[in-house]
Amino acid sequence: MISFLLNDTQVTTSLASGSTVLDFVRYHKSLKGTKIGCREGDCGACTILVGSMESGKLKYRSMTSCLMPLGNAHAKHILTVEGINMKQLSPVQKILEEHNGTQCGFCTIGFIMSLTGFVMDEHASKTEEAIAAMDGNICRCTGYKSIERAAEALTQDLQEKPLNNTLNWLVEQKYLPAYFQNIEERLQALIADQQTIAKEHSSTELRLGGGTDLLVQRPELIRKAELAHLFDSQSLKGISVSDNICSLGASTTVTEFAESPVVQAAFPHLHAYIKLVSSTPIRNMATMAGNLVNASPIGDMSIFFLGLDSSIILNKEGRQRQIKLRDFFLDYKKLNKESGEHIESILFELPTTGTQFNFEKVSKRTHLDIASVNSACHISFAEDGSIDKIHLAAGGVAPVPKYLAKTGAYLTGKIPTDEHLHAALEIMQAEVAPISDARGTAAYKRLLLRQLFIAHMLKFSVPIDSIRNVLAL
Amino acid sequence: MIIHPNQKPKSSKNSKNVDAKAHVTGTSLYVDDLPVMAGALHIKVFDSPHAHGIIRSLDYSEAERMEGVVRIFSAKDIPGENQIGGIVADEPLLADKEVHFRGQPILLIAAESEEQAEEALSGISIEIDPLPIITDPREAYAKGSVLHTSRVFKLGDPDKAFENCAYVFSGKAQSGGQEHLYLETQGAYAYPAEHNSVKIHSSTQGPTAVQKTTARILGVSMNQVEVDVARLGGGFGGKEDQASPWGAMAALVAWTLKKPAKCILHRMEDMRMTGKRNPYDSDYKIGLDKDYNIVAYEATYYQNGGAAADLSPAILERTLFHANNSYFIPNIRATAHPCKTNLPPNTAFRGFGGPQGMFVIESAIDHAAREIGIDPHIIQRKNLLQNGSEFPYGQIVEDCEAANCWDEVVHKYKLDTIQEEIAVFNAKNEFEKKGLALMPVCFGISFTNTMMNNARSLVHVYGDGSVGVSTGAVEMGQGVNTKMIQIAADQFGISQEQVKIETTNTTRVANTSPSAASSTADLNGKALLDACSQIKDRLEVFVRKHLSLSEKADISFQEGEIKVNKEQTELEWEELVSLALASRINLSAKGHYATPRIHYDKATEKGHPFAYHVYGTAITVSTVDCIRGTYTIDAVHVVHDFGTSMNRLIDLGQCEGGIVQGIGWMTMEEIIYNKEGRLLSNALSTYKIPDIYAVPKELHVDFLNTDGSELAIYKSKAVGEPPLMYGIGAYFAISNAIRAFNPKSQFEYSAPMTPEKVLLALYGK
Repeated sequence: MISFLLNDTQVTTSLASGSTVLDFVRYHKSLKGTKIGCREGDCGACTILVGSMESGKLKYRSMTSCLMPLGNAHAKHILTVEGINMKQLSPVQKILEEHNGTQCGFCTIGFIMSLTGFVMDEHASKTEEAIAAMDGNICRCTGYKSIERAAEALTQDLQEKPLNNTLNWLVEQKYLPAYFQNIEERLQALIADQQTIAKEHSSTELRLGGGTDLLVQRPELIRKAELAHLFDSQSLKGISVSDNICSLGASTTVTEFAESPVVQAAFPHLHAYIKLVSSTPIRNMATMAGNLVNASPIGDMSIFFLGLDSSIILNKEGRQRQIKLRDFFLDYKKLNKESGEHIESILFELPTTGTQFNFEKVSKRTHLDIASVNSACHISFAEDGSIDKIHLAAGGVAPVPKYLAKTGAYLTGKIPTDEHLHAALEIMQAEVAPISDARGTAAYKRLLLRQLFIAHMLKFSVPIDSIRNVLAL
Repeated sequence: MIIHPNQKPKSSKNSKNVDAKAHVTGTSLYVDDLPVMAGALHIKVFDSPHAHGIIRSLDYSEAERMEGVVRIFSAKDIPGENQIGGIVADEPLLADKEVHFRGQPILLIAAESEEQAEEALSGISIEIDPLPIITDPREAYAKGSVLHTSRVFKLGDPDKAFENCAYVFSGKAQSGGQEHLYLETQGAYAYPAEHNSVKIHSSTQGPTAVQKTTARILGVSMNQVEVDVARLGGGFGGKEDQASPWGAMAALVAWTLKKPAKCILHRMEDMRMTGKRNPYDSDYKIGLDKDYNIVAYEATYYQNGGAAADLSPAILERTLFHANNSYFIPNIRATAHPCKTNLPPNTAFRGFGGPQGMFVIESAIDHAAREIGIDPHIIQRKNLLQNGSEFPYGQIVEDCEAANCWDEVVHKYKLDTIQEEIAVFNAKNEFEKKGLALMPVCFGISFTNTMMNNARSLVHVYGDGSVGVSTGAVEMGQGVNTKMIQIAADQFGISQEQVKIETTNTTRVANTSPSAASSTADLNGKALLDACSQIKDRLEVFVRKHLSLSEKADISFQEGEIKVNKEQTELEWEELVSLALASRINLSAKGHYATPRIHYDKATEKGHPFAYHVYGTAITVSTVDCIRGTYTIDAVHVVHDFGTSMNRLIDLGQCEGGIVQGIGWMTMEEIIYNKEGRLLSNALSTYKIPDIYAVPKELHVDFLNTDGSELAIYKSKAVGEPPLMYGIGAYFAISNAIRAFNPKSQFEYSAPMTPEKVLLALYGK
């Protein structure tokens, strides 16, 4: 049985744990405020807020309910628009109304929920944070400018928001209904009351993390399958560092990765990279291991970790083995992974003061899109300016997320002169085999790969003359 | 006079969208939100896996035996005529012997649950003998594959004029399709009613179209089909004609099985089964004299209509009406061919062929300017329409605001300064370049099919003074509900809260034109005025008698009171209504409006088809990242002719939304079909529309307050479509930034300007 708080009510259901929260709230609970726009997490019309206890604190995150398996709602607070409606409009609702931030209204609830999530985040109060909270919401009518104006006006009212007892303050200010005052107690009582859903998983069960891929690709299968829900599995969570080796639990979400102080310290431009990866609600759901086992040739985090030459630890019934991530991807959607084996953790060396890291991605739409080509590079230079060590990876150019071993091997020990860069690019082009698809022609992807390599070199302050020559300018 | 939207306008002109409260609380009801009756069936459409061929065999016996499947409908289960074509009868509801596009509906599965209906798809097998597939309109035309007759608009003598030109340039221009991406997918919910009739809740811009199509499919008369529309989660033209099949399907199942039935498309079904904005492939030839006057222009448009005519013949016509955009060209020949291909039938999309025509003339001007070596805007400004100019279709330009908008935007946003700043930026930055473009727009308001320019309304004043308003207008986000309420409240001098807008329903308001052509508020608003006036007239007669007033006394309705010669009386609105009812006065009225003056003769291709024109000009600035081939739209500054806007908030919203949609069409929105006619950009993961980060960093819309037009409701000019075409400026701004990086780059006029095209152009020779 799955039990959770749905708005102000505790619910229990025996429905399949792989059915979606979206269908549950709309068709089983008749909460029709949450809309269906695409069922693949790309429009945000079904955005809800999910409250769960994180390190002893109730934290709300936005998620797309179309991709959220019901099993992942267990022991959480699921919040739809009906759960924030009060007699009067909340300031979030009022401000969108006043600025004409809604036209046809179909996407509006998604925006309301995302903005409410922003308001509920005790640390967030700036306009760009409000905009960022809506990065997963698509609107076809307004052109967003009225929504931006509303967000700006909203943040003016949030300057007094306290860091502690935020929910109580929000209730007092009529952002939230009164039942939020004891929601944390109720949730804790619910958690204490529940048998943990985590159990020994049999090898026949299908493992499901955040749902952001499997519920797009095979929703019918997931709906019917016996599932092992790994999203909240504590043994697969957590980020730790030892001897400069960072270990990520397989179920670490992209958001958790991005919020980690140790990770932030090691990647000064992390925020800019992560901004290019899907959207806030998807990052709140998507797990690291999910991005790897999905085996997409353009998975952003796959490329990110390949660029760091990461390793993974695989586990089957307690038997562990560690392999290089670059050896994990065998062919298109083929993995070096036995049946019943799952990723336990990801290990990689953190960039240090002596090394530089960069992540690049180009897609048709800069944000909330899948890459045409993406690339990551981790590099260090010797005192004479030659490349001491380099790890280079690119997506969208091969059947697998590609670790560019030969290019890296060639460049190692070389000074990045135009001649060497030219030669490296030739090797690189021989290493890849892009195909033409909806994300671009093969010719474009080859050119783009060169450009992203150049972009890395520019970031690493390689002399501009070399680059000009490579670009044949 | 320019009024910045940030200035707080007075009066009701800034009143909020009446639907906003329901939208922000999630209480607005779209089709899939309506409470469904017990026993409702769910419909799945089995569609063609091939783009062209003969159905050799079709076996669904296994599917029929699957759990929950109640019945499977094929073409032979259609009791009436298997035909949904509007302009041309060339499209079946369910393919019978042949299939003409991938995604063409063949069977309907009615099952007890949506999941069961979906699973039953796997129990259907089909064999199709393939026929040649055409996806390219030029190829179609060359092979004689057309949907309808070609059309030619002509003014002056272009052949002769070209001979005397100082400059003549010719080339090709292509613009791509565009997915409507209304956030609410197509859908309908139907249930049987008494007397062999059926009621349909449809997400349609054209309730009458759904009614008519359904009656034809069922073989019943129109009065047996009731269509009700509460609101749409977006339409943009995609639900003008193409909402009808899903309504008819739900009705077919409900009417046949005598059970409620629901047909809501999944996003990917919607994307592959429905048509989009027509892609165009065109040839142009432009001739200028030595002073850069455009003396002659010739254009041939190959319209990709898809597999059936749908609205393409009408869209084609509007392309011709806007062949010259905002410019006076004395000698012109514009030819348009509606080409039949094996793609889903393309259809209406905001602008309705106008944007496609404008892209070609703007490409021609850009081409000429580059070859001559001057800024395109020198040619653009020089040739703007003026009062007394003749459009190629014979209408004479009146109340022209083309130059006023242009000069105002150039002056206010200091075009010279912007150009200087761009030059400085480009000199300083090696791998980032900026580009600029101006885009004037002139758009004709009216359905180009004259007979469609009429509307009706029904107004009830209830005994407590509250008012119910029905019109033929469908609310789809454009704010027409708000405008209608403003009108009724204003006419009766009562508060907007006292007026309720009812659903759009074919039994209350019949024979409606679809909510389209930017004309919905004008036509329905004027019809509403008529109904309100009738009731007011009756009330005035009553007041005169009741207060023993002379014929000369001026009676008005303001702020809930009845005023005589502008003086307050004791009579309040509610009391008047109650007294009038007691005196058996009819407080309901049906209003009607038909646009005067307009006419058009298709034989001569001359006439006066438009009630009036809307003008405006946009300046667009873009920055291109010359390493990555990506770009941002830095700013769009617009001066737009709203006439006397009756609601600035709503009109500004239409303008901003239209501009961003136009930019999307010109930049990232790329419809890709492969040679087999399969849609590759078939989901939101592969078809990208602007997100909150993709929109112009600055977007200024300034209201050029003009006298408006008597034919516009409250002189507030139509605003739905015209702003979309400002988006064309984004294409040329990006192009100019590319040329700043690589002056030698030769690239075709081919929209959308995707990051791929940008990068290939940056490094092209």
